[in-house]
Amino acid sequence: MIHLPVVKAVDRKFEANPDEAPTEDIRDAVLQLEKEGEWIVPRVPEPFMEEKTKFGRIKKIPVEKTWHHKSCGQCGHIPGYSTSIFWLNRAFGLDYHDPTDQTSCTAWNYYASATSNPEAQAAVAMRNFAAAYEVGYFPIIHCGTSFGHYKEVRHALVHQPELRRKVKKIMERLGKPMVMPEEIIHYSEWVLAMRKRIAERQLIDMSMITATVHPACHYHKLIEEDAIYDSEIYGAQRSAIITSTLQALGIKVGDYSTWFDCCGFGFRHILVSRDFSRSFSVQRKIEVMIEEVNPDITVTHDTGCVTTLDQSQFAGKAHGRKVGLPVLADSQVAALAMGAHPYKVLQLHWHNTDNTRFLEKIGIDHEKMWAEFQVEAEKIKRGEMPYLTWEDAEKNNLFNKIK
Amino acid sequence: MALDLSTNKYADVSYEEKERLFAEVKADARWNHVMYGCYECGICVAACPSARFYDFSPRVIAQAAAREDVDLVYTLMNDSVWDCSQCFSCDRCPRQNSPGQIITIMREVAVKNGLKTAKQALEGYGRIIYKIMSTGTQVSPDMLQPNAFPDWGGHVKEISDNLEVWRKALPPETLHTTETGWQITDKTIVELYLIWHMTGVMKLIEGVDEGLFMILVDVMEERLADAGYDDVSFD
Repeated sequence: MIHLPVVKAVDRKFEANPDEAPTEDIRDAVLQLEKEGEWIVPRVPEPFMEEKTKFGRIKKIPVEKTWHHKSCGQCGHIPGYSTSIFWLNRAFGLDYHDPTDQTSCTAWNYYASATSNPEAQAAVAMRNFAAAYEVGYFPIIHCGTSFGHYKEVRHALVHQPELRRKVKKIMERLGKPMVMPEEIIHYSEWVLAMRKRIAERQLIDMSMITATVHPACHYHKLIEEDAIYDSEIYGAQRSAIITSTLQALGIKVGDYSTWFDCCGFGFRHILVSRDFSRSFSVQRKIEVMIEEVNPDITVTHDTGCVTTLDQSQFAGKAHGRKVGLPVLADSQVAALAMGAHPYKVLQLHWHNTDNTRFLEKIGIDHEKMWAEFQVEAEKIKRGEMPYLTWEDAEKNNLFNKIK
Repeated sequence: MALDLSTNKYADVSYEEKERLFAEVKADARWNHVMYGCYECGICVAACPSARFYDFSPRVIAQAAAREDVDLVYTLMNDSVWDCSQCFSCDRCPRQNSPGQIITIMREVAVKNGLKTAKQALEGYGRIIYKIMSTGTQVSPDMLQPNAFPDWGGHVKEISDNLEVWRKALPPETLHTTETGWQITDKTIVELYLIWHMTGVMKLIEGVDEGLFMILVDVMEERLADAGYDDVSFD
């Protein structure tokens, strides 16, 4: 008789072991190529934070000296998203760089239209990495697609010497070095790693809030092993991204059956075939969240996801669907929790779905705060002030009022 | 509309031409990392958002590619690949295929060869290509026009009406722009144009939209000449 060990489900615990990871640790190959003189590998500046990725490897996340690789969709259409990221850095007094020597990763266009090629995509990435290196800051990527795409580029450059040779030639023409950062970091990983510090500075009680989370496909599906996982969150069977952050702020996170589904963005679809984006977003995400969880907000961490989930609800409402769920980025929720102004910093007027009920529930007088924003906007309109400065934005923060 | 997978629709295209295009797909450096065969288990379909709304199946694409069905690959390259959402939810394949990446390559070959269906798929997309290629940011605040996004409601008009003021009411100095997502230096744009030049991507655009290509070339060559790159030509 053969005796086999029996592990009861109740005793089972998922512990990721990096030694048993089914994929290579690409960072070893990146460092090896540095030794061979192929490129410069800027190290994550100290002091850094550490989080675990899918197979239990440690990912270093910088606290500061960060070079903010902005997102075209965030900056163009939901600018309070990036503004909140910068506000958080300022609130902690951290050194960061908001570059003008930065292009988009151009991957949105690539995935939408295929009017590009791997050499061009890799060269754009390497040009941006070199620009960060030249000013002595470490790249942190705002867009989920840029993050996923740059990981793909890193993989291709490591495994295709011919591609590396071609890109090197381009970089020589541009007068720039070949640079591959030690880690590729998404901003939401920084927010997650900073969650305890954010919670220590929290001014707005959010314990009465229930949220759903939508993780971006290009964050946790493209090169899946580089996403943050935590055995305390979903038993490490899903990425902990966003969920860890919200729970640290006291927000209840509700589970729903289409968590893994994409938002419906589709790259070309959101621009020229929006019937698909609208339908998928409303029927597979928003309605399911409302029916199964009935949350106060849904929180995501990518350009396309905020845009699609938020903007698609207008058409859903016209068709009598179950919609009306405010959509925010994790950076906006974190900044709001620390007392950032909902209009001067979070810039919630750029969002489509009504979010005032959520603001009321956490005790924010949105009418008064909108009036405060309008006063500043009128001054700009009349030419009495050229711009809203950080100082202007910070003077009416909830933080100051509570103090 | 149901997808016609019989090979009748493209019977007028020679087998040799279809084979040539498939050979181009297989010659891509990524091919051996994204195509390993197909069990037909359908895991990719279960995860696929496009499969829920279109007559679209990543399994059919992977299977056709794996068994090298030249006629079917050609049909799919014309009538199916543009339905893909490029979300890569299909990267769950037990054989390590990436149907999404197979599709990326097929799309690239379709564009490079100026297939009529690729041109049709990209109709209305030209303004986006113009924006990203010429400015380095894909979408810009001034794209938020009511006629471009009628299904996003009156809120787009409100943004459009207040655009100049609301952009100035953003604390980060780099975001006071309306024609680009953020402020970008001239040097950066020139470097981007040099990348387009050295990687031949403008040829891809010429293949799908010659008018757009000519406009872009005018813009880029003038700016490159101003920066001292008189010798750079996209012809």
